[in-house]
Amino acid sequence: MNFKMKSHLMDELALKRTVTRLAHEIVERCKGTENMRIIGIRTRGEFLAKRIARKIEEVEGVSIQVGILDTVMYRDDFRIKKQLPAIELTDIPFVVDDKILVLVDDVIYTGRTIRAAMDALMDFGRPSAIQLAVLIDRGHRELPIKADYIGKNVPTSDNEEVRVHMKESDGKDEILLVEVDQ
Amino acid sequence: MNLSIKHLFGLEGVPKEDIDSILDTAFSFREVLERPIKKVPTLKGVTVVNLFFENSTRTRISFELAEKRLSADTVNFSAASSSLTKGESLRDTIQNLFAMKMDVVVMRHPVPGSVKLLAQFVDAVIINAGDGTHEHPTQALLDMMSMKEKYGSLNGLNVAIIGDIRHSRVALSNIFGLKTMGANVLLCGPPTFIPYGAESLGVKVTYKLDEALEFADVVNILRIQRERQGKGQIPSLREYRNVYGITQQRLSKLKRPITIMHPGPINRGVEVDSDVADSEHSIILHQVLNGVAVRMSILYLLAGGR
Repeated sequence: MNFKMKSHLMDELALKRTVTRLAHEIVERCKGTENMRIIGIRTRGEFLAKRIARKIEEVEGVSIQVGILDTVMYRDDFRIKKQLPAIELTDIPFVVDDKILVLVDDVIYTGRTIRAAMDALMDFGRPSAIQLAVLIDRGHRELPIKADYIGKNVPTSDNEEVRVHMKESDGKDEILLVEVDQ
Repeated sequence: MNLSIKHLFGLEGVPKEDIDSILDTAFSFREVLERPIKKVPTLKGVTVVNLFFENSTRTRISFELAEKRLSADTVNFSAASSSLTKGESLRDTIQNLFAMKMDVVVMRHPVPGSVKLLAQFVDAVIINAGDGTHEHPTQALLDMMSMKEKYGSLNGLNVAIIGDIRHSRVALSNIFGLKTMGANVLLCGPPTFIPYGAESLGVKVTYKLDEALEFADVVNILRIQRERQGKGQIPSLREYRNVYGITQQRLSKLKRPITIMHPGPINRGVEVDSDVADSEHSIILHQVLNGVAVRMSILYLLAGGR
């Protein structure tokens, strides 16, 4: 599979600013942090969730608990894929009942991952609300799902891919739009 | 993430990568068992038949729970209440069952190798839940998971398996699995319980319990099979306890604590004393919980793509 660089969507500084803005928006809309919990979707959603939580801690002077969610067990596509996806650990170290859960992921595309994530969270209890924060919304939804907090809207076509690189897993922070030959 | 094996007949020849995948995935599934709602939709629409031609409590319930936690549909079959008693052959029984479209079969059968035979005439994933005195791979995997949980790695771990090795499918599967994972295995028991040529499996053998305890980080204590009593292999349960029973008194002579494991059911006061089995160094109940997780993992990895 070959790919061609189309554009540079964010560099380290832009990503940092976006995280800061998302953190402020979340606190504002949740009216503080007391009933709010952050949950990152593996893999890069986890890193992003932790960065947002750290920013909120910095601004609000409180400590924020972060949960990690693996959605593979709830996915609808592992039967049509050649490779069975690996199931990683889910770790939600708090009670979700009556809490506002802010789900964090790097890119929203078809919406199927978020559907799986919501189904998973319902098995942990009855949150008072689930909200969604994403770094990039690239369109092409296949389910009626919409993000509450968006870093950047990027119109894309189906043969393009958004590549999110983060220091925690890729050594550097950058987001690229690439074109992929199928 | 796909395993190299299509069925789980036993652990003989199963590569390290497969065992690593099974154990890692099992740790992820164990988290599901701690949730308020202990069920995930992962195997929705997959039908599993549990074929038990031999009695079992733990293994059957553990498999059934694992299947249900994954949302698979389960059918239970026990030989005693089936048409086998009307003279139907095993092959006909199974082919009729599979005409009803089963995806996975979990089988326990008294004849060694019976699971491989089954694979020749049904198109389904086959999981061995114990075939005679041959293998019991899911038990060995849950044992290894419990050891890995405690020690982080199996590589270089000293494991002593104590008791009736010769009649134990648990022991044989443990030996294959542990050797693959780089553990050192020592077998201990009276000579009548140690199979001839055991050393050829790459394990050490001793008849002296104190030597085994000295060596071990972990002891996996096998059940004395009471049904084999009176066949001249051990003089009496009491004498067995005196020579091979794991007692607090024996353990207190050691310089370091060792981890106590037992696949169950336990004969308290025979192969292991109650205070040892219930002590802080015992992980026997972890083994039971890990058993459900490891079976969920195997079901997902073998049948998840169906």
